[in-house]
Amino acid sequence: MSADIIQAINLEKHFDGGDIKALNGVNASVKKGEVVVVIGPSGSGKSTFLRCLNLLEVPTGGKVLFEGVDITDRKADINLHRQKMGMVFQHFNLFPHMTILRNMTLAPMKLLGRSQADAEAKARGLLERVGLADRADAYPSQLSGGQKQRLAIVRALCMDPEVMLFDEPTSALDPEMVGEVLEVMKELAKEGMTMVVVTHEMGFAREMADRVIFMADGKIVEEGTPEDIFTAPRQLRTQDFLAKVL
Amino acid sequence: MKPSASQTWPLEAPDWILNGPEWLSDLGYDFYKSFVFDDRYQMYIKGLGNTLLLTLLALLIGVALGVVISLIRVSWDKNHTEMQGPGRFFLGFFNALAKIYLTVIRGTPAVVQLMIMYFVIFASSRNKVMVAALSFGINSGAYVAEIIRGGIMSIDEGQMEAGRSLGFGYVATMRYIILPQAFKAVLPTLANEFIVLLKETAVAGYVGLTDVTYAGNIIGGNCYDYLFPLLMSALIYLILVMFFTFLVGKLERRLRSSER
Repeated sequence: MSADIIQAINLEKHFDGGDIKALNGVNASVKKGEVVVVIGPSGSGKSTFLRCLNLLEVPTGGKVLFEGVDITDRKADINLHRQKMGMVFQHFNLFPHMTILRNMTLAPMKLLGRSQADAEAKARGLLERVGLADRADAYPSQLSGGQKQRLAIVRALCMDPEVMLFDEPTSALDPEMVGEVLEVMKELAKEGMTMVVVTHEMGFAREMADRVIFMADGKIVEEGTPEDIFTAPRQLRTQDFLAKVL
Repeated sequence: MKPSASQTWPLEAPDWILNGPEWLSDLGYDFYKSFVFDDRYQMYIKGLGNTLLLTLLALLIGVALGVVISLIRVSWDKNHTEMQGPGRFFLGFFNALAKIYLTVIRGTPAVVQLMIMYFVIFASSRNKVMVAALSFGINSGAYVAEIIRGGIMSIDEGQMEAGRSLGFGYVATMRYIILPQAFKAVLPTLANEFIVLLKETAVAGYVGLTDVTYAGNIIGGNCYDYLFPLLMSALIYLILVMFFTFLVGKLERRLRSSER
């Protein structure tokens, strides 16, 4: 069994001075090369959980260990750790004032000290793989939603991350564009990328996940293989949810 | 009744002015006094140069100050709840200073600030243009700060998150991702601030700086007739403002058509 790359220990996140408990004691771990899919009703805390993993949301309590290091510790340099954790957002968050190529080369050049030639070669290679090679000099506004999200994925990959975090990557897409994004994610999973995916795409979860986590009310209700969760859920809450979405 | 040109004409003047109809020779005489006699036109040119120099320097100072002040304000507003230790103390201190600056500068007239600057703070300096530029720059900085702060706040929260998630720190994300977009968004407003500033410098005469307004005022006093001198001052401002407004319009169209 390979080692845990991410460990969340007793995570708590409160909003509005403790009135809202988005996370209420979440323990979870992700192994290297594993694809973990987090599902659950809206407001269950799954996005908050994902955003706590790279500290975009600072947890109120508990710890996050990344490669064995406590990154919630104030002395940890979170910027260094984040370089190894790619993140894909629901709303893409591309940089609208930069060309597509520049979107992809900015971080590797400024943060990893790569030369422009190296960074561009890698970026062009990745664009080729997601079918956007001919758009390198276009601006994000000229892309469709599906293209934007594929670009967002390869922008994160340019940093050679150890883990990729996906925060509802297909939720803002028109239905006909969901497939092309999922296809890129599937390829990535097949290559052995460690992935944590928050999604409503049950098909993706069933097909690609090594492990499915079902969350509700800020807690992990149930976790297991896709077969466990989708064909034989043990908890009532899980059965309820699946009955509604499947 | 106004004396006719032939009665008061103390100067050599072309015959066609002297011998023409009375209304024409009066006007010609006024015109001659206001612009030609003693090479007075040069004073307007000097005033124009000073006004432009003053406005440009003030704008540079204003933008530099505005960027710094707006960054302090935005950084404090967005981060202070999660900050601790000396960093929080220093940012809080500078934020308080920035707030005092904004309140005082926006709460007092520019002309009073200028006079305090020239007659009190820099009482020993005779460099009127530099002192006035500093004064108008400090004044403009307060307005520019609020313009830029608005620009920064108009940028989607996701841009900061995207930058941070790639591993950029707060400052680097501001520099490479947020500020370029914010600047682009507020550029037309900043250009308008420049036009406002241009007209605001008209009070520079209070400290004896020969700008466009003061030139007209002095010449008017010298010829006991303010019609042409003040009209000329007004005309110079009007032409400048129309020219810069035209440029701002062009800039806006270009920004709109470029990739956003």
